[in-house]
Amino acid sequence: MLDDFLIRALIAGLGLVLATGTLGSFVVWRRMAYFGDSTSHAAILGVALSFAFSLPFYAGTMAVAVAMALLVAWLTGRGQSADTVLGVIAHTALAAGLVAVSFVPSLRVNLESYLFGDILAVTKADLVWIWIGAAAVLGLMLWRWQRLVTASVNEELALASGINPETERLILSLALAIVVAIAIRIVGALLISALLVIPAAAARGLARTPEQMAGSATFIGAISVCGGLWGSLRFDTPAGPSIIVISAAIYALTLVFYGKE
Amino acid sequence: MNALIDARDLSVNHPGADRPVISHIDMHIDPAEIVTVVGPNGSGKSTLVRALLGQVALSSGKVERLAGLRIGYVPQRVHIERAMPMTVRRFLSLPLRVNDAQAAQVLERTGVPGLESRQIISLSGGQFQRVLLARALLNAPQLLVLDEPTQGLDQPGIVAFYKLIEEVRAETGAAVLMVSHDLLVVMRASDRVVCLNGHVCCQGTPQAVSAAPAYRALFGAESRGTLALYRHHHDHDHDDVGHVHEHVHGPDCAHDHAHAHDHAKG
Repeated sequence: MLDDFLIRALIAGLGLVLATGTLGSFVVWRRMAYFGDSTSHAAILGVALSFAFSLPFYAGTMAVAVAMALLVAWLTGRGQSADTVLGVIAHTALAAGLVAVSFVPSLRVNLESYLFGDILAVTKADLVWIWIGAAAVLGLMLWRWQRLVTASVNEELALASGINPETERLILSLALAIVVAIAIRIVGALLISALLVIPAAAARGLARTPEQMAGSATFIGAISVCGGLWGSLRFDTPAGPSIIVISAAIYALTLVFYGKE
Repeated sequence: MNALIDARDLSVNHPGADRPVISHIDMHIDPAEIVTVVGPNGSGKSTLVRALLGQVALSSGKVERLAGLRIGYVPQRVHIERAMPMTVRRFLSLPLRVNDAQAAQVLERTGVPGLESRQIISLSGGQFQRVLLARALLNAPQLLVLDEPTQGLDQPGIVAFYKLIEEVRAETGAAVLMVSHDLLVVMRASDRVVCLNGHVCCQGTPQAVSAAPAYRALFGAESRGTLALYRHHHDHDHDDVGHVHEHVHGPDCAHDHAHAHDHAKG
């Protein structure tokens, strides 16, 4: 069954949305969309470095993504305006990544598959990485759930309850870096943020509690993956962008039907 | 009787600031008393509260809190992101889960029964403050800490809120530490008032503080209102203004913030 590339693509996509639905909700609640961009753009640099130094792909990408997440957290913690820091870092990371790629001839050829993903080309080894990464992220968030939600509602309330908001922010940064590393083969570095933000934004209109929103976002993500893959086969469109287009269409529908609060 | 919180020689510096935000403050909170901190904007009220709660690094002094002290906290300006769906019921279970009966009981106690299924962002300012207070009352706090709890409320709402605080104190025996600039109302509701302007200008009973020169210098015209209040309501014992601890830096309070009386419109 796993020999069918479409089944592999489906399993890869569904594994990924298991993590992005919940993490994406936090990204929306905490306005971390731009933060997701800088982390995922940095992943291109990670890909280039992994290839240049023959490092394991996932480990190398994840390490650079983690480093970038920590750098951003450190800079904003020093009182730099988050918007400016992220604006500088997101695009610098992408530019530096593209420059680095030019030194790696083997990568120049299929750069596009890292920018926009190539879900139809995932291997069985990719599947293992994707599911381990997604399970780790989901497990991490479920374990810290009450703390993460409290810190996202209000940092002072969290502090007064003995929760350190810095710790919870760091945990989300780490989760984001893992998701970026496993998502790059599926939707590509440029569209990871979209997969985080759009299903969660669509779920907002349907949900009354944080738990409902995370659940709905996961479900909408899963529908987007199935719909995107189907559309990609049917109309011969690129799979990653097709997944995002479907989720955006669902978002538009929720605006029409539930947006009138 | 052991103090719930006993702070000595408390100072806090913000990095980069040339003057300490608060300096050399001695303060204590006893069980079941209502202590209110008043002072102009920038006088360090919120910093003092956070120092007492152990949330900021001290540059001098120390704070002793009763072992295992249970604190219910209502922070200043709680803003709930619209992007986050949140019912009142779910909010009460953060970060410790409580059962439906407990949730219903605290909402009843704070005068907003039956709000459980409402979205937080759909509440009025007054309802939200009462929900925040309800959440602070869970887990039987020995001390309630309220940082400007009446922001955004109209005058009747403010009066009703302080009445509620007094009821809660009477019922639960919890001490209350409040930061406020609703001078007129808060004076009536407090057992002790601490007048702050970087340091403690004066403290004592509301009657004593409202008669103190340092307080009147700090709050200007508005302070005459509170004094008049006591003349009016307490004209039998107005001679007995109680004991006021006036700080030697009194004049400094005055000239630093002589313009600050207009912040406290409430």
